[in-house]
Amino acid sequence: MKKSTTQTVAWMFLAPALSALLIFFFIPIIAAFALSFTDFDIYSLGNISYLRFVGFQNYVNLVHDPLFWKALGNTLYFVIAGGPVSVLVSLGTALLLQSRLVKYKGVFRFFFFAPVVTTLVAVAIVWRYLYHPRFGLINFVLSWFGISAVDWLGDPAWAMPAMILLAVWKNFGYNMLIFIAGLQNIPEELYEAARIDGAGSFQQFRTITIPMLAPTSLFIGLTTMIGYFQFFAEPYVMTQGGPQYATISIVLLMYQHGFRWWSMGYSASVAFVLFAIILLFSIVQLRMQKGAAE
Amino acid sequence: MKTTLKKIFLYVLLMLISVITFTPLLWMISASVMPSGDANTFPPKFFPSTITFEHYITLFTRLNIGRYVFNSFLVSLGVTALSTIINSLAGYAFAKFRFRGRDKLFKFLIASMIVPAQVTMLPLFLMLNKMGLVNTYWGILVPGLASIFGIFLIRQYALSLPESLIEAAKIDGATEIEIYWRIILPLTKPILVTLGLFTFMGTWNDFLWPLIIMTDDAMYTLPVAVGNLMGEHAPDTELMMAGSVLTVLPILLVFLFVQKQYIKGIMAGSVKG
Repeated sequence: MKKSTTQTVAWMFLAPALSALLIFFFIPIIAAFALSFTDFDIYSLGNISYLRFVGFQNYVNLVHDPLFWKALGNTLYFVIAGGPVSVLVSLGTALLLQSRLVKYKGVFRFFFFAPVVTTLVAVAIVWRYLYHPRFGLINFVLSWFGISAVDWLGDPAWAMPAMILLAVWKNFGYNMLIFIAGLQNIPEELYEAARIDGAGSFQQFRTITIPMLAPTSLFIGLTTMIGYFQFFAEPYVMTQGGPQYATISIVLLMYQHGFRWWSMGYSASVAFVLFAIILLFSIVQLRMQKGAAE
Repeated sequence: MKTTLKKIFLYVLLMLISVITFTPLLWMISASVMPSGDANTFPPKFFPSTITFEHYITLFTRLNIGRYVFNSFLVSLGVTALSTIINSLAGYAFAKFRFRGRDKLFKFLIASMIVPAQVTMLPLFLMLNKMGLVNTYWGILVPGLASIFGIFLIRQYALSLPESLIEAAKIDGATEIEIYWRIILPLTKPILVTLGLFTFMGTWNDFLWPLIIMTDDAMYTLPVAVGNLMGEHAPDTELMMAGSVLTVLPILLVFLFVQKQYIKGIMAGSVKG
């Protein structure tokens, strides 16, 4: 009797959250999967009886869509180049702020962290002007070092690096904090013992800091990767995917097909491919880091 | 001597990074009070030649930005209030009740965090369209009612609450709701504040979902409105900067006052449980 009451009470406390998640998260995931096997378009939106089951047709079309490959390539570029750069900057700044020689840590931390809380759309607009080839502050500062003007957002070769630079600036402070938490969890005695054994600071870093940070790094690696795969607002406000599709991303492609042209069946297949790739990359990363730890 | 040199090097490096991280934000504020055309000169100006608030006035009088500020505050506060309560109920249940399938269900929820939100957006739009919630505040509120991350955060915190407090209240004859209301809520207040901050900032800064669900421009949130302004007013650098300031400043101010809570939350969220 007592036990069954506890069960009932527990489910009552869970009910609001679980029903919200079921209706607005889990059912839509399944529905999206089903949608990706249909030709849902603007006509079906008006009258559902126009809806046809098309099997794998959307996925077949996807494979033959050069724009999809371009978007996939750009997104992978963003993840594979931007992710590690961002994590390394986070680690570097975390180590700097952990140094015993530094005072006013709170002030520096505030400066480094401020971009994280800002609105991506608003700062992407700011950076669009900073990147202006003639009037932008960035080219102006580069000119002090004799570097000639770069057409950051107009040159297909530079547009992706420009997006990555903005993303690193915006995000590195977040992982920096997590690294700091990880560093603070390393017992001081380990370093003391190493010093007594005559280990230099680089050796201490290699044999203590890096292995002790492994769980933190796994968490950061995974969350950063998943976040970077969802690359969207930067190209949306800065370049609309241009120049010459140099910055079109998977999510931007999904948005355009789904909500601009209302070809939602096709758009759903784009979304699912994104999900599959994230899943694949996560599994690979988990395996790799587990392998490295053993 | 060697430490002094090292110290100087460290401080120079830290200040250099601070300049890089803060300059874009300072330039945004500075350009927003420049007279029209001031931000498009060569060499670029960092400080305005004269200070003017005309762009802010234009935004409020001609471009209706007050409405977007209101929309953003309303949906951010609404999502924050509702989801904090809902997540806290569930987080408490996962931490302190023993029921069949608890650990499996919790693991399943955590694993499903890997599904990107974008996957759900197409069916969610169609569903809310059927329910007549497209282009209403509910269109943003309803999908934000519960979050797995929020449930996780509260569960981790509630795990550390002593069982004896709950037992003692039960012996005194308190009902489950009373225990939650009088004991659990006050004791989990720090994490609720943190989660509330996360949710407020996340909703305020969100772009893709409001862009999809708000089809009428009177319903836009600030990021969508400012992104939309970019279409017509891209050459008006100073006006766009004023719009960006209005979007970013409230959130920066909130952060300035509650830094500690926010930072604690990020660190807590990263600790595996």
